[in-house]
Amino acid sequence: MSGKESPVPLLKDGKRHDGRGPMDLRPIEMKIGILHNADGSAWLKIGKTEVVAAVYGPREPPMKGMVLPDRAVIRCRYHMAPFSTEERKNPAPSRREIELSKVIREALEATILTHLFPRTVIDVFVEVIQADGGTRTAAITAASLALADAGIPMRGLVAGVAVGKVQGKLVLDIDELEDMYGEADMPVAGIPTLNKIVLLQLNGVIEPHEFPQALKMAWEGIKKIHALQKKVLATKYGGEQ
Amino acid sequence: MKQQTEPQRKLVLPGDVVAKGNYTINPKSVMYLYKIDDTIYAAVVGLVEINDNVVTLIPLEGTYIPRPGDIVIGLVENFVITHWQVDINAPYIGILHVSNLLGRPYNPAKDNLKEYLDIGDYIVARIDSFDRTKDPILDVQGKGLGRITEGKIVEIKPSRVPRVIGKKKSMLNVIKGDTGCDIVVGANGRIWIKCPNKDLEDIVTLAIKLIEREAFTSGLTEKVRVLIATEKHERGLI
Repeated sequence: MSGKESPVPLLKDGKRHDGRGPMDLRPIEMKIGILHNADGSAWLKIGKTEVVAAVYGPREPPMKGMVLPDRAVIRCRYHMAPFSTEERKNPAPSRREIELSKVIREALEATILTHLFPRTVIDVFVEVIQADGGTRTAAITAASLALADAGIPMRGLVAGVAVGKVQGKLVLDIDELEDMYGEADMPVAGIPTLNKIVLLQLNGVIEPHEFPQALKMAWEGIKKIHALQKKVLATKYGGEQ
Repeated sequence: MKQQTEPQRKLVLPGDVVAKGNYTINPKSVMYLYKIDDTIYAAVVGLVEINDNVVTLIPLEGTYIPRPGDIVIGLVENFVITHWQVDINAPYIGILHVSNLLGRPYNPAKDNLKEYLDIGDYIVARIDSFDRTKDPILDVQGKGLGRITEGKIVEIKPSRVPRVIGKKKSMLNVIKGDTGCDIVVGANGRIWIKCPNKDLEDIVTLAIKLIEREAFTSGLTEKVRVLIATEKHERGLI
């Protein structure tokens, strides 16, 4: 979306610059319970993007005044490590990170059954270790796994993926390069078990008639990621099956 | 663990459909299941059991949420004029009224609270009442309740407590029988061990930590037996 030419052709003979087809996700790896001190934690790697999520709570509020009488307060911090990008990123929270923290929090608020824990606080921390596009959707996917690991009641697992448009064609799970030189980036996150969307953003330009197709593609990707999330969780407790 | 896990128990993940149709949720599991129309969904990772159209879910992770009647082990954090504030390893502070501990009316001018319970003391208590609007009220009037004066406290994840106890207290009886120690398991993940000597205390701690670490492996009771036997042998107790 920078208007400049991409250094490599983004789409050539139906293949993307990294050899994927339009509907292919990057390779995904997930782990849960990686942090000892957190109540729940998860690590997720999708392509070169790598995030760690930690969940604490429900716990007593650090300050009395911040709680709500009827439900738990969710606090979310999305943060990019200084070494996560090509050039050093200032570790102080940027405008973008504060905004992403908010949209991730709102996406998670839609799934967590907050009314069960009045007067408490649930803390979600997401640290981006390596950024290569799709960090917000990776953050949501990892955070929902960490919430499940912490045993916090949820309506369902949340998974997210971005759809982009490069050289006039819709593609699934765009990376940094496609985001930078493509025409559009549309992150979507949802609860596949309930068929509900919890996050939908659009950056760039897509035609109105392309939107249903883009959403359908994202949903296909979300379903695949959700299946992986379930597999990771089931493996951890596999001894009980 | 095979002999302990019933065949009809099924692992479910958040969002999974547990039952559809004319089913009701066990009151004990209301936190872990939710209903939309006539479909019951799981909200946490857990084991599901369906008996007579009643759905029960046993969570495998999670913090301790107080429930009236639970026996918990609390740590006195603070006291104010009418009550002690007790950390019960939950998102809510436990309240222990002075009159409940003393069992008689209480005169703030005469009684010095520090003489009865000081900050840092551990107590065994029962959750007397708790709901979403009020912090849990503790009760120490009863057999085996009150201040802890000897032994050791071990903390584990509250979700592993059922494992330490085992089916019909099988695991607890193994540990108690093999070491001769007295063990009180609090529902909030704190365990009070009273042993004849330090070596046995350490062995029980190791056994409990083993259960916490390997809660989801099979043959856990046997592993605990072996651990206790080898540790006893190494320490020259047999």
